[in-house]
Amino acid sequence: MTDVSLGMPQLPAPAYPDEVRARLEADAGEVIARYPDSRSALLPLLHLVQSEEGYVSRTGMAFCADVLGLTTAEVTAVATFYTMYRRKASGDYQVGVCTNTLCAVMGGDAIFDELKSYLGVGNNETTGDGKVTLEHIECNAACDYAPVVMVNWEFFDNQTPESAKKLVDDLRSGRPVEPTRGAPLCTYKETARILAGFPDERPGAVEASGGAGPASLIGLKLAKGEVPGRTRVVSPRGEHRQDAGQDGPQSGSEHLSSHDAPQSTSASDPAAAPEQHPQGPSSEEGE
Amino acid sequence: MTLAAEINSNGNGDSPEKLLSPVLSAFWDDPQSWTLETYRRHEGYEGLRKALAMTPDDLIAYVKDSGLRGRGGAGFPTGMKWQFIPQGDGKPHYLVVNADESEPGTCKDIPLLFANPHSLIEGIVIACYAIRSHHAFIYLRGETVPVLRRLHEAVREAYAAGYLGTNILGSGLDLELTVHAGAGAYICGEETALLDSLEGRRGQPRLRPPFPAVAGLYACPTVVNNVESIASVPAILNKGKDWFRSMGSEKSPGFTLYSLSGHVTNPGQFEAPLGITLRQLLDMSGGMRAGHRLKFWTPGGSSTPMFTDEHLDVPLDYEGVGAAGSMLGTKALQCFDETTCVVRAVTRWTEFYAHESCGKCTPCREGTYWLVQLLRDIEAGKGHMADLDKLNDIADNINGKSFCALGDGAASPIFSSLKYFREEYEQHITGKGCPFDPAKSTLWADRHADSTEVNA
Repeated sequence: MTDVSLGMPQLPAPAYPDEVRARLEADAGEVIARYPDSRSALLPLLHLVQSEEGYVSRTGMAFCADVLGLTTAEVTAVATFYTMYRRKASGDYQVGVCTNTLCAVMGGDAIFDELKSYLGVGNNETTGDGKVTLEHIECNAACDYAPVVMVNWEFFDNQTPESAKKLVDDLRSGRPVEPTRGAPLCTYKETARILAGFPDERPGAVEASGGAGPASLIGLKLAKGEVPGRTRVVSPRGEHRQDAGQDGPQSGSEHLSSHDAPQSTSASDPAAAPEQHPQGPSSEEGE
Repeated sequence: MTLAAEINSNGNGDSPEKLLSPVLSAFWDDPQSWTLETYRRHEGYEGLRKALAMTPDDLIAYVKDSGLRGRGGAGFPTGMKWQFIPQGDGKPHYLVVNADESEPGTCKDIPLLFANPHSLIEGIVIACYAIRSHHAFIYLRGETVPVLRRLHEAVREAYAAGYLGTNILGSGLDLELTVHAGAGAYICGEETALLDSLEGRRGQPRLRPPFPAVAGLYACPTVVNNVESIASVPAILNKGKDWFRSMGSEKSPGFTLYSLSGHVTNPGQFEAPLGITLRQLLDMSGGMRAGHRLKFWTPGGSSTPMFTDEHLDVPLDYEGVGAAGSMLGTKALQCFDETTCVVRAVTRWTEFYAHESCGKCTPCREGTYWLVQLLRDIEAGKGHMADLDKLNDIADNINGKSFCALGDGAASPIFSSLKYFREEYEQHITGKGCPFDPAKSTLWADRHADSTEVNA
């Protein structure tokens, strides 16, 4: 081997330690058995390797390729297409603020800006203690609970800048955090395992937070004649109001987009972290 | 513009009890609404028994006669989709449920699955019996783990109770159901991109024909249906197609979920016969937030051309919304009041489409990128008057010329906002900036003023 790397392919990713590989292989076998064609297991398997390391590493992709009989290029192409697969080590808690139009207008932009400055991180960056990764997300199908914040893909409805700051404080200090809709938070790795298709075994996780959320019931209650006053605010949104101070909403005419440039493609990922670089020419671009 | 108070007094006198028709949502207020036990208490799996007593062909005809149309946006007749599956072809058939609910503003399938997942599972068994499928998939967007949990549990319960697995209810029907979590890509809501994704590939749309009914999942005949469409089937079987047809209109029969969101007093889910109007929904639910007026709204998510307060009385069914120049879509009624900058709203939606464009076809990939550049400039006060025609021109080069409907959706907010709010774009250009204060649009904006401000 030589140190000259210009245009040279990277070495294959290191393999998982034997016991990790054996464990993941057993899980992978279970996933693959769900599908008539093994390749269909690729998305769940990428969730699975993410549950091992907290992100999709070169090692994880090589593992997927190996058990499915695909090339690492085929796996990399898929892993880099979907936004839920992290490309670098990140925090235990993924805090996603919806900044699609409706949530943004209802306060999502203000919440995202507030959290950026409060945590001192930008989009898709992690706090120094490794606890919280902040990102803006797209519409998460909870518009009747806007503005919405997702933590490890559990719903935190009707947020304000103040409630969101308290949320990240609690996450960073290890206090138990319960979503508005969903189960008490587990780590990002544990969440990824559920996404791989392994049911959440924690007692009470399925029933946590009860049946439908309050906004989901508005129409039903009206149909049953249960909501009397027309001007009465019956949704829970009012309950959160008192704790949001005057700060928060961003300044007047300036509301620059919170959307950043698209993530770089796999091949042009910063060479700064070569060990995370997907297999392939390591220096063909961006240098 | 219509004052909130006027909306409140403009009702036709019909009570919510008469205007609404909870079916799928009828027992969402049960403390354990998601369990099999609760579902059975509410006639759960009764529709399946009736379906299994019919021949598959009769069942398809029955669903076709009910007039049920797809609830995922396009409104294609569900029974007809099933009928397209070739029979006796010797190939496996598949049912794939599209639970990748990601259209901005759309929030019906996720609460439905969270509160009542068994309605979908029962519908799946019925549909698979009809199309002779032995393996079905639920493609759920990955970003909704609480729903995934309940689907896992509901499927486990259904297997244990004999509603899934082998020889279901002694009918001889065998059916496997796989819950599959996606990984974050709006494009996977497009049915052929969804199929590619389910096959373990990048989610990019396929050229049609062949249509999925002929060559879908693993190149086998496949039905792709929206969650709400399939979940509506058990009630049709249980209560009858005539009952279903007694709601809605001749061409848009039945009930459906309307999702009210934005600057309204009470956002939420409202299940009603097709054809209800936004005015009726606002009227019964408390109107726009106090002291504010409706400015613009979407009938079915961001991909459906926006409406204004002129359209409060448009019947929200497939024909009514179509005749008014938009699409019923997903019935995602996102309401924005006069504090909202339409340029800001459209810019953000366009950024979404640019981000989610899969990159397969040039008009969408390049067009959405350039729309974003122009819109950001206009929003920041750096635009020129000629940019407005350029926006229209680019949108025109995306619309109908893209590989799939994502491109058409990206063009909708551009066309419609320029049609109704061109002046507001011009103000951004002549005034060299945005005249709106985003702080006034927030959920908490009026908190301090609540006690003193009576009207806007």
